Amino acid sequence: MKRHITATIDGEAREFLCDEDQTLLDALRDVLLKTGTKEGCGTGDCGACSVTVDGRLVCACLVLAAEVEGARVETVEGIAQEGVLHPLQRRFLEQAALQCGVCTPGFLVAAKSLLEKNPDPSEKEVRFWLAGNLCRCTGYDKIIRSVLDAAADLRGESG
Amino acid sequence: MSEEKKFRWVGTRPIRPDGIDKVTGRANYGADFALPDMLWGKVLRSPHAHARIQSIDLERAKALAGVHAVMTAEDLPDLFAEAAKSNGGHDGFNDLAHNVMARGRVLYHGHAIAAVAATSSAIASQALELIDVEYEPLPHVLDIASAIASDATLVHEDRVTQGVEGAGLSNVANRVQLGHGDPAEGFDLADEVIEREFTTRPVHQGYIEPHACLAQTTPDGRVTLWSSSQGHFMVRDYTAKLLDIDLSLVKVIPAEIGGGFGGKTTVYLEPLAVVLSRKSGRSVKMVMSREEVFRASGPTLGTRIKLKLGATSEGVFTAGEATLHYEGGAFGGSSVMAGCMTIFAPYAFPHVRSTGYDVMVNKPKGAAYRAPGAPMAAFALETVIDEMAERLEVDPVDLRLRNAAKEGTLASFGPRYRRVGCVETLEALRDHPHYSAPLGPHQGRGVAVGFWFNAGLQSSAGVNLNPDGTVTVLSGNPDIGGSRASLALMTAEEFGIEYERVEVVIADTQSIGYTDVTGGSRVTFATGMAVIEAAADVRRQLCERAAVVWEVDAERVVWEDGEARLKGESDQAPLTLAELAQNAGRTGGPISGRAALTARGVGMGFGAHICDVEVDPETGRVEVIRYTAVQDAGRAIHPSYVEGQMQGGAVQGIGWALNEEYVFDSDGKLENPGFLDYRIPVASDVPMIDTVIVEVPNPKHPYGVRGVGEVPIVAPIPAVVNAVYAATGVRFRDLPLSPPKVLAGLDGESAA
Repeated sequence: MKRHITATIDGEAREFLCDEDQTLLDALRDVLLKTGTKEGCGTGDCGACSVTVDGRLVCACLVLAAEVEGARVETVEGIAQEGVLHPLQRRFLEQAALQCGVCTPGFLVAAKSLLEKNPDPSEKEVRFWLAGNLCRCTGYDKIIRSVLDAAADLRGESG
Repeated sequence: MSEEKKFRWVGTRPIRPDGIDKVTGRANYGADFALPDMLWGKVLRSPHAHARIQSIDLERAKALAGVHAVMTAEDLPDLFAEAAKSNGGHDGFNDLAHNVMARGRVLYHGHAIAAVAATSSAIASQALELIDVEYEPLPHVLDIASAIASDATLVHEDRVTQGVEGAGLSNVANRVQLGHGDPAEGFDLADEVIEREFTTRPVHQGYIEPHACLAQTTPDGRVTLWSSSQGHFMVRDYTAKLLDIDLSLVKVIPAEIGGGFGGKTTVYLEPLAVVLSRKSGRSVKMVMSREEVFRASGPTLGTRIKLKLGATSEGVFTAGEATLHYEGGAFGGSSVMAGCMTIFAPYAFPHVRSTGYDVMVNKPKGAAYRAPGAPMAAFALETVIDEMAERLEVDPVDLRLRNAAKEGTLASFGPRYRRVGCVETLEALRDHPHYSAPLGPHQGRGVAVGFWFNAGLQSSAGVNLNPDGTVTVLSGNPDIGGSRASLALMTAEEFGIEYERVEVVIADTQSIGYTDVTGGSRVTFATGMAVIEAAADVRRQLCERAAVVWEVDAERVVWEDGEARLKGESDQAPLTLAELAQNAGRTGGPISGRAALTARGVGMGFGAHICDVEVDPETGRVEVIRYTAVQDAGRAIHPSYVEGQMQGGAVQGIGWALNEEYVFDSDGKLENPGFLDYRIPVASDVPMIDTVIVEVPNPKHPYGVRGVGEVPIVAPIPAVVNAVYAATGVRFRDLPLSPPKVLAGLDGESAA
């Protein structure tokens, strides 16, 4: 028996059918064909599938699709607005904060969520907030710098 | 070197061409492809470390609604058994075939034994539970000591040791030996001799993207595969060979790759997806779960290394000797040869010998892992050097500098070094403020050197001029860490045009000539060389076209600063690339260049790392508090991505040193096949990784490139372990240095 779900996904009203035990991640990727959100583990350990549901940062692999009825879901695909990159995306590009790039969608969503709560985080706060997002390529250095610089951009402190 | 060449683009840090796609979610990785008729394939895996397969009953699975195909090894041709039989049981493709699907016996916990394709992932999973397999469990062997014992359980009943005259059946797949001089004589000349034994555990490359592919087949035998790998030509060749299909009928379209580190240089799912697609007449998508990645894709396995080092009281190495046992997993094929070749490589030794044993155990078939075999070898040598420096009362960097390999040094693995940057790298480390910075209580500092050969191999490249003056570059190498950017930079440099005018395309197996895998730190070096040659081909044509326009001999035209110019006194206005491209149809047709080569002249790479740790005496937890990586890149084409390799390799090595290990229970079952229990470093575990790029150009590459991807993982383990010694006074020789082990060491239980 499929469930009918209505939700706002990346700012757009969407309707879709899902299985009762289908995860939000599988619904996003396989039903809505929004493959920008990645699966790295399926057990909530790697953060590659980070999305926000009504502003709350979650692993989409640990949320059932049926739970987002009426909710607002934001993925990496909604971060750039009308073709303009978010400062986080711009900094990630300028500072080479991605190598293979498969963890990048999760990092961007998680970092954006951090900066919405804490516009001026310390390096330590950024590192602990992002400790649920695994990256095997970069050693995190350039990611952390990009987030700190994007935070400064958003505060209007850098050019 | 001759006078320093001035570059416009090489050495700058523009945004990578594929960057926008990767920060907006548009880039398609292995699991991101779908077709309208697609089925989902899944694999049934062995619950035993070693067992005979008595029977497999597929009937209940086949009867499940939604299941369209079920397969076992019976559906794969058994093509290489004869070749193996005539070679003491050993054949690489026989091993690969029997690894993708077990035949007769399962050899490790996770070994594939059957696969299904169904209309949904959930139905495929359900079908796996309906496959009835009867096993006869067999004794298993899990560690080197048991595997090489005279009465050992054999992983294979028909294999003799290669490299040993008259060898009998054994778990030792291969024995290798190399070196020069006579170590016994060298140890006689030594004032100090230190001999130690080291052990490491299996670790996984830990790429974030699980293996994934999508296969489409047609009734006339054609195969199309979308696949995430380090080489789509490798996927084509291996899949075709295992299934006995003509290469021309197989097209592999490369997906973006979500990390590989050597682990995606072989196939697991692709041959199965093709068979399932043929049986069902539908397209089949397969994606490994994280548990499957840990249990059934290639880690690098456990090692045991005994190493002896001799030095004079002046700190000159007189001899080195090592015996290396590397587990290769269920089929052998470990990286022990590379371990033997790299273990003494950074230094000059008058007498040196390494003997290696490739040991089969009931664990997953090992795969390449970044600088395969070298990090464990460096762990042994570089910690013994640290101990030697202490015994001789010399600075550990000075001791290394006294013995460092330089141009002309006879390398322990055979050749004499050409120009290498071991000395320059060590000097940069010594002169870095980090090396003399003060330390606090419970803190210690360690240093270590890492070496890797780097690879050349085969590459093809195409360069096409578009009528608007932009340039499309074709490469056959999946871009795993920014190689589109480095290829575009070199192209822009070759033509003297804007970087933004160059687009780099990773072409499928039918659209570019053969190209070896993205591995061996080779892409910017070797494929870069092919791109440079193809660009030279195009420049030559551009000069010819300008000659046609000007009605002069082509020899009178030169290419300078992005335009064709007439040599000598002339009032002819130069012709730009855009002008020539636009008029190409009138001067001889479209302009495109190509090159295909086996790259010679690899530039060997050295790195040297400094690590500071703080050890908590209450818990045994080791925290890396400062880290600096120095490396000779030859030439950094895009320095940000060179730094990225150094930082990523350092942190991967820190994880190997401190946390990561496969844990097997006594039945040979992997107990930690997930990122929660197999803990790779997270952002809060590590500090910023400082980098220093040294540039000692490789004289054999047009831009001096050496290749940078692998060197950075070689030095971290000994750098961390030496730092822990400095902080605690305890020398640890068994990885990883997890808190319980360190605490036991502090309590004197495992101290040397």
